[in-house]
Amino acid sequence: MKNKFKLILILFLFVSVVGCTSTQQHLLDSKSSQVQLRSIQTRSFDTTDKAKTLRTIMSTLQDLGFVLDKADVTLGTVSATKLKGYALRITVTVRPRGETQLLVRANAQYNIHPVTDPAPYQQFFTSLEKAMFLTAHQVD
Amino acid sequence: MKKILVLFIVCVFLTTGCRGLPKDALTLNPKSLEERQMQTRKYETTNEGNILMICSGLLQDMGFNLDETETNLGLITSSKMRSAENAGQIAGAILIAILGGGSTPVDKEQKMRASVITRPMGDYILVRVTFQRIVWNTNGQVTKSESLIDPAIYQEFFSKLSKAIFLEGHKI
Repeated sequence: MKNKFKLILILFLFVSVVGCTSTQQHLLDSKSSQVQLRSIQTRSFDTTDKAKTLRTIMSTLQDLGFVLDKADVTLGTVSATKLKGYALRITVTVRPRGETQLLVRANAQYNIHPVTDPAPYQQFFTSLEKAMFLTAHQVD
Repeated sequence: MKKILVLFIVCVFLTTGCRGLPKDALTLNPKSLEERQMQTRKYETTNEGNILMICSGLLQDMGFNLDETETNLGLITSSKMRSAENAGQIAGAILIAILGGGSTPVDKEQKMRASVITRPMGDYILVRVTFQRIVWNTNGQVTKSESLIDPAIYQEFFSKLSKAIFLEGHKI
């Protein structure tokens, strides 16, 4: 009987530790590493045509089944949502890097979770590469 | 006792660890090209602003309200709320209630979104439209969230677009 009680207590502690994410941690995603996230989400392309790059991103997102939410050429941002029994929301930004390159960064959320796994971003940039006819370079 | 415990722990892991993005969510497949063709038409003009204006008028014709526009990138996004009631589902719910099953939630309303993108391509402009919707039931829960990919929808949209271009006075 005593053992049973101990077990329940341990389980309770375990569950409460697992579920223990404060509002601040949710709000600022404090658990994820800033540097690592940037490298997963960012690629550089050898072009300086921002508008054309944004248009290519928009059509790639459509090819991937997204419906565009908004876009802004001045800031170089595009947001889109894919609904397929789940909600996948993505924001892609484009900004100049030096004189000859553009930096493209994407961040996504899947339902209520941030996408922090490198694989989906790699897939996105592979799709984008094909549409851009340019190679996506890893940025250090 | 031990077995139940193991099962319980596995269940906890399964429910907390369940956040997997489907593997094909961000990859192109053969269907992508098919859908692109279905959702795209080519118009012989180089006046992108004009075609965007016609598209915004067309979306208004169809009862959409514009959410965002970006002329420099050729984008219009719009949405509307509509009823999602469906006679069959309501009849089913009534039948269940009569049989003593209590009240069953049925689909109530839906948000429908449309976004139009234009893209200059030499002497032509490509127009691509995509639709999606979210359906809520009488309990306020989301019952469907999906892209609308019925070819008939796109045929009607583009036939209406041709009509709108005609109504604008043969400017294109």
